[in-house]
Amino acid sequence: MNAVDILFYFFATLSVGGGLLMIMSRHPVPAALFMIISLVSVAALFVLLEAFFLAILQVLVYAGAVMVLFLFIIMLLDVGPDGGKVSRIKVISGLAGCLSFGILVVLLLQFSGIGSAESGSWQEIQTTEQVNGDSLLFSTSLKNFGYGLFTKYMLPIQVAGFLLLAAMVGVIVLSKKSLTSGGTE
Amino acid sequence: MFDFDMLLMVGLKFLFALLMIGAVMTMAGYSVLAERKVSAWMQGRVGPNRTVLPFIVHIPFVGKFLKGLGMFQPLADGLKFLFKEEMIPGHVNKLYYNLAPIVALVPALTTMTVLPFGEFFAEDGRTIPLMLANLEVGILFVLAVSSLGVYGIVLAGWSSNSKYPFLGGIRSSAQMISYELAMGLSLLPIFLWVSEPGTGAMGLSLVDIVNSQNDRAWLLLVQPLSALIFLIALFAETNRLPFDMPESETDLVGGFHTEYGGFKFGIFFVAEYAHIVVGSAIFTVIFLGGWHFLPWIADPWPATWVGTLLGIGWFLAKTIFLIFFFIWVRWTIPRFRYDQVMNLGWTKLLPLALLNLIFYVLLVTWLDQPTA
Repeated sequence: MNAVDILFYFFATLSVGGGLLMIMSRHPVPAALFMIISLVSVAALFVLLEAFFLAILQVLVYAGAVMVLFLFIIMLLDVGPDGGKVSRIKVISGLAGCLSFGILVVLLLQFSGIGSAESGSWQEIQTTEQVNGDSLLFSTSLKNFGYGLFTKYMLPIQVAGFLLLAAMVGVIVLSKKSLTSGGTE
Repeated sequence: MFDFDMLLMVGLKFLFALLMIGAVMTMAGYSVLAERKVSAWMQGRVGPNRTVLPFIVHIPFVGKFLKGLGMFQPLADGLKFLFKEEMIPGHVNKLYYNLAPIVALVPALTTMTVLPFGEFFAEDGRTIPLMLANLEVGILFVLAVSSLGVYGIVLAGWSSNSKYPFLGGIRSSAQMISYELAMGLSLLPIFLWVSEPGTGAMGLSLVDIVNSQNDRAWLLLVQPLSALIFLIALFAETNRLPFDMPESETDLVGGFHTEYGGFKFGIFFVAEYAHIVVGSAIFTVIFLGGWHFLPWIADPWPATWVGTLLGIGWFLAKTIFLIFFFIWVRWTIPRFRYDQVMNLGWTKLLPLALLNLIFYVLLVTWLDQPTA
């Protein structure tokens, strides 16, 4: 077991433990904080894979921006430990959770071969030095990342962006409606 | 089993990191003194001029001069924070209350790992930038880590279980979300400009940005609007007046640190100034040419260790001027109202940053088209 392995197990434990504590804490503010710990540990796992750009994006977007927004909303609504309603669809959420976990396990077994990481069908990830200017190879280099995003994966990006825009417009329309109907008009 | 070279490498990195923290913390401490001295000067007062170490005061001229400058005031302030009673109010959430100052300080000190502050001229003609870690995504690292600093304030506000700190925490998170977008967008044109084909600059490295400004125009002169937006967002991110919504003492008592005292308050205080020091250094690196001499003029110093030292000195001079600028603005411009801050962020800075980005995209495309 070398240093990288120890770090991997440390951050893996931290991310899974943070996730568990998140769903188990009664108060939403500690839950959000545990989620931040979990997200930052996942970013650390990305660093161990030498995917620095992905790690930074993880911290910048999720831990830095989305979670600040979550905390802002939680604090603005002042949700306490007894503030939320008890969910009446516990069975459904439990089933959904089991289903997602099952799919995850099946996918992992499918792609990695059973228990052997070497014989699996993972695509080899190249480091920046190995790529040596070839922009189309699958690598951790920032330039290749951008090149792939804006050529091969252009359509998925546009679709995702369009979906997000639609969601945003939808939220604005919904919240506006409730405002005007409650107003004096 | 022990690899001596490995141990030496790790040990050296550790030592450099300690030195860097020492340097930044010293600068943060003396920024506090500078704040008091500059504000006194602007208001026609004298400022701290009594504190002195017992044996230094007897040195003729020098002792009196240092006493007048208040050079030992930071030491006295630090000791005061250290020896005060550590009060923990009864109504706070103890774990998070104690955690908050640490969460505030750690990101402020972590951003300096990717901060280049000079260059070393090797014997074979190469130049090696002086920094702790040369990341390809340096500036993104700074943005990411500094955005984590807000959790210290939010946590302090929430765990205090008291109205004013709570308001401070909410304001701080809202302000963070509003100004981070403008800050990120104001930096994009910089990278478009720096990574033009043929310059060799590839990623988002801070070193490439500095070197692109060597004996050419500073980016402040090339992209004044980006610099202005970045500077305003920097003021907002460091919670400096006119943007110190989280602690505005006229309407929130002390804001997020109302319930804090003693050393824990001191940590918040130092974290704020460390943010200012690192922020000034980042602005220097991106817009003011880093350790390079004036725009369009090549470095006048020789490419030896003398040049290294002069370059670092020049870099420090620019940074200290920017710290002075932060203080200057604080004692000149009154505080915004909260709605004005939100207005400025969302309806003025963000569209301006977007337009700025579009303009430079078009400009860079036009400049880069092959001359057939």
